[in-house]
Amino acid sequence: MNTTGSTGRRRASSDEIPAIPAMPGVDPRLSRILQVRDHSGEQRRWHLLDSGPLLAERGITPRGTLLAVHGNPTYSFLFRSLVRADIPWRLIAVDQLEMGWSERTGMKRRYQDRITDLSLLTDALSLRGPVVTVGHDWGGLISAGWALDNRHDVVGMILTNTGVHQQLEEALPKALQLATAPWFRTPSTSVTDTFLRTTLALSKPALPREVQDAYLAPYRGRSRRLGIDQFVADIPAAANHPSRPTLERVAAGIQELNVPTLLAWGPRDITFHDRFLRDLIQRVPHADVHRFEKASHLVWEDADVAGLVADWLETNFGTAEEPRTEAPAWRAVSSYAEPAPERHIGAPIAELAGDPRHAHRPAVVELGGEDGERREISWSLLNRRVDDIAAGLLGHGVRPGDRVSLLITPGADLTGVLYACFRIGAVAVVADAGLGLPGLTRATIGSHPDWFIGIKKALVGARALGWPGRRLSVEQLPTVDRVALGVETSIAELARSGSLQRELGAPLDAAWPAPEADAAILFTSGSTGPAKGAVLTHRQLGAMFTAVGDTLQLAPERGLVAGFATFALLGPALGAPTVVPDMDITRPGELTAPALAEAIDALGEPAVFTAPAALRNILSTADQLDADGRAAMARAASFFSAGAPIPAHLLRELRDLMPSARALTPYGMTECLAVAAIDLEGIDAAGEGSGVCVGRPVPRVEIAIAVMDELGRTTGEITREAGDVGEILVRGPHVRDRYLMLWGTTHTSMRFTGWHATGDVGHLDAEGRLWVEGRADHVLATADGLFTPVQVEDAAESVPTVRRAGAAVVGPRGTQQVVVILETEDGYRPGKAGRPHPAQPSLQEAVRRAVRERSGAEVVAVFTTRALPTDIRHNSKIDRAALSRWSEQTLQGEKADAL
Amino acid sequence: MSAPTILVTGASGMLGGAVATALRDRGATVRAFQRRPAGIDGVEDVCGSLTEAEDVRRAVSGADAVIHLAAKVSISGPESEYRAINIEGTRHVVDALRANGGGALVNVSSPSVAHLGRAIVGLDATLADPTRARGSYARTKAAAELLAMGADGTDGLLVTSVRPHIVWGPGDTQLVGRIVDRARSGRLPLLDQGMALIDTTYVTNAAEAIVAAHDRIQDVHGESFVVSNGEPRTVRDVFAGWCEAAGVPAPTLKVPGSAARFAGRVIERIWEKRPGHDEPPMTEFLAEQMSTAHWFDQRRTRARLQWTPRVSIDEGNAHLAAWFREHPVA
Repeated sequence: MNTTGSTGRRRASSDEIPAIPAMPGVDPRLSRILQVRDHSGEQRRWHLLDSGPLLAERGITPRGTLLAVHGNPTYSFLFRSLVRADIPWRLIAVDQLEMGWSERTGMKRRYQDRITDLSLLTDALSLRGPVVTVGHDWGGLISAGWALDNRHDVVGMILTNTGVHQQLEEALPKALQLATAPWFRTPSTSVTDTFLRTTLALSKPALPREVQDAYLAPYRGRSRRLGIDQFVADIPAAANHPSRPTLERVAAGIQELNVPTLLAWGPRDITFHDRFLRDLIQRVPHADVHRFEKASHLVWEDADVAGLVADWLETNFGTAEEPRTEAPAWRAVSSYAEPAPERHIGAPIAELAGDPRHAHRPAVVELGGEDGERREISWSLLNRRVDDIAAGLLGHGVRPGDRVSLLITPGADLTGVLYACFRIGAVAVVADAGLGLPGLTRATIGSHPDWFIGIKKALVGARALGWPGRRLSVEQLPTVDRVALGVETSIAELARSGSLQRELGAPLDAAWPAPEADAAILFTSGSTGPAKGAVLTHRQLGAMFTAVGDTLQLAPERGLVAGFATFALLGPALGAPTVVPDMDITRPGELTAPALAEAIDALGEPAVFTAPAALRNILSTADQLDADGRAAMARAASFFSAGAPIPAHLLRELRDLMPSARALTPYGMTECLAVAAIDLEGIDAAGEGSGVCVGRPVPRVEIAIAVMDELGRTTGEITREAGDVGEILVRGPHVRDRYLMLWGTTHTSMRFTGWHATGDVGHLDAEGRLWVEGRADHVLATADGLFTPVQVEDAAESVPTVRRAGAAVVGPRGTQQVVVILETEDGYRPGKAGRPHPAQPSLQEAVRRAVRERSGAEVVAVFTTRALPTDIRHNSKIDRAALSRWSEQTLQGEKADAL
Repeated sequence: MSAPTILVTGASGMLGGAVATALRDRGATVRAFQRRPAGIDGVEDVCGSLTEAEDVRRAVSGADAVIHLAAKVSISGPESEYRAINIEGTRHVVDALRANGGGALVNVSSPSVAHLGRAIVGLDATLADPTRARGSYARTKAAAELLAMGADGTDGLLVTSVRPHIVWGPGDTQLVGRIVDRARSGRLPLLDQGMALIDTTYVTNAAEAIVAAHDRIQDVHGESFVVSNGEPRTVRDVFAGWCEAAGVPAPTLKVPGSAARFAGRVIERIWEKRPGHDEPPMTEFLAEQMSTAHWFDQRRTRARLQWTPRVSIDEGNAHLAAWFREHPVA
């Protein structure tokens, strides 16, 4: 018999049967002990969780079996969440031999042995299909191996934080290389329980005490931990490792196992990081992928993986009564909408370059570059540059479908690179610098870019933070920098070589991408949770440009002042000249009136586009305008601000400054940029109402309302009746295709066939105007009924001393209690959000009464703060989730995190 | 049909008195059972001790229903006393009803029977847990509730439990009196700024909920209900409301909850050895009650009992203020 060789002394000789303590969240009836022969022919004692008897007791016919295999150093406890009412599947979650509550035999089990052991167990259980394997960590490899050996029974595969990468040695992160080194391994894995505790400590927020204890329970004592050590020792990192051939067999086999596959991932993993996920996606391109942005290695603990699995199983396999063998054909929301006129993105650039009236007029104007200079690029030059860069990129190896992450200051350079990407069918990944560095890092890593093109500052960050992708700089960098930053070449260099190539008579060798091909991944603001990557096809992106252009009536004669960085990109697509004002793009709120006036002056009678946060700043710096500046402002033809609706009084003041401008406030989201818009006259006509009136839908967009029940859940019913409040649904040719690697989020937002569920709540009025009343997640589901945050906030703001109010809730849905947090006229201090304090009794009483009378909601507590928390990007949306978090903690009697 | 005869145990207390009065006003024949006469007009007094089975049998004899409120309510003292009154007393009531040939029992309990020390945020009543409830009162009340509920459906007995949370009102010496007294002398601490959200119940509402439980017992027997005003407030607001009604300044003394819990533990130990003449100034249980949230989901209670609180917290405080005007704090 094989023993642990030199460590045989420590072998668990007599394996006394441990009493299995109660596991939190596990029905004790799930626990099962079984004696089965292993690959060596010996009877071994297995522990497993088996929900079969429980389902039978409840009269549920299972759709099939989930065979779940844990990794190191966990055990079947990891999968306890899979026993739930909306998963009509039998769960068999095993504790592998030497692990969990299964037998300690002292044997060294190789990868293939473990696969064989598992097959012998499932034979003993007479397990027959349909089976969906579930594997985590090294259990993913074992479950995949089992699937290959039992493929006639396997209908699906779920893998979480695992890897089958063949170049393991180089791919293994430092942490794991260290863990596999013998001199480190044994002390850290079996002698002490460091390995175990480290794994458990990766979760943020920390796992509850009783859950940590449950993970540690089977591994108390060194002899019970030997399995962890051997498991780590069997990681086939090196090419000559005995388990290597099995790994290679499984890695190759997994590509042929053509079954529905779900990859669920916690990217905050020091072992199986995104690189392993990318590898798996390449091997199983049809896999549905969901990255839980903030989850760690123990993704099952940190995120609602079981909820995702429930949706995924239902979608792919139906139920026992109504079985299915694959998901229904997928169809984008945009395909249900009236199509927009179709043309290639960037086609107007070539047209204007060929039109003598426009060829030499500016396409992009940058004001206040690094040296304060004005930089101008004409349509003709832009056109040439796009083609040069496109040729250069192709020549350097950028392929259609490659993801290209762009971190370039908006202006001529970014425009050139972006439209070159569109031209050759590379997928541009655009994350707004307003996300902040942590947000940008998450977005960049999370989008798995093949290429990273950035300004020097971004490249330094990319290098320091280990952002993936082959790197290209914008400007040609000195060799020493290029080497230090790992930069292959520059856009400047590629444009030169592309130009040369074209001059030598080799035309740009690239077909226009198909309308169905992915064009761009745009990251959402992150004001409503971690930023999500919205994937748009060429057709959808083109429709989005058209929607904005139609709303603003942009044209070659009607240019655009892009006070909000991202919008500098759409001018060329619409054939409208674009000016980028002198401002820090990461702080769109700091745009000043003189800078805006200068930008307007550069274009004549443009449309002006700003961040909503900039409005107050523009007004407060208006006194710095000279006579020319005032005259320039007066020429602005229209005025538009995205991100959040603008209060009417602000619009009025802005129109005093820009008297000839049509002041528009829009409603939209990254997923569907323009949904509705309203001008000042429209706002006045709409008058007072519940929420903010955002007007009628823009052309080709339809709006509907998803009815909610008393808990704030949509019921599936859709209405367009005036006054019905519910989640806002939109449909348009420019609705995004899907979210990037967020299968669950995509699925949820598309649960109404042909609609994008926005996550916003509101209603339509009798005139067909849309009123927005906050986020659907923040609906207040009280015992007195459902209220929207805006209903409560508007009522609180009717109290004269209140400047701005944020509504929060505490408690479970259906019996939630309403908390109001205020900025008062006297106490308001702009800047970082402050710690709220209980409001004065008289103010509390006034707010309570106002909210009761105007909305019918009861307020349990009122607080004041110097400034409410708002999102980074728009600096205008109140972060109600943060308010609710703070209230939840404070009103529980706990010390709350800072806002 | 003649008016039913209903026995109210513990009618000399604020809540018991309110229940007896409400039943009397509806035309029921009401009997009150406690150590000394409750002295409620139109209510027959039967004096005796809950710990004496014979006393209880005498009081219950001939009654159609019992509203059982009498209990040892305190935060200190030997557990044996709690057991004798709260558990054995309840057993005597159940046995006496059995001897009657059955009847309705509304067992008035406390949310603390299921309070395991952690915050309660919007939960409905959960099962009484004598092994894990905190403190002698809660443990024995939990055992009593299990005992009473266990008798439901046997020998013609119909049992329901009502758990009013923090009952207060005019004339309340137990809670409001003590809080006001301590606030007046500056000895009332606000634990962790008094930010924990808690439910309270104005006495009239609690009494009406108990009467409703009696009226609805055919439908609701076997169920336990937490009863509150459904208007949770922060501890500081609750105290401030009562202090304002009494005309004393609201508490400002701020103490960390952890310190108070620790102090409570120490004081309890000392009290065990050298009991003071009153209750200890702080116990761990009290510190928990005053520094962790406990407010409840009232939907099932209201739907099943077909009852809603009639007096809001603001109105209750107004009644309290009126009472204090007639009974000024010395």
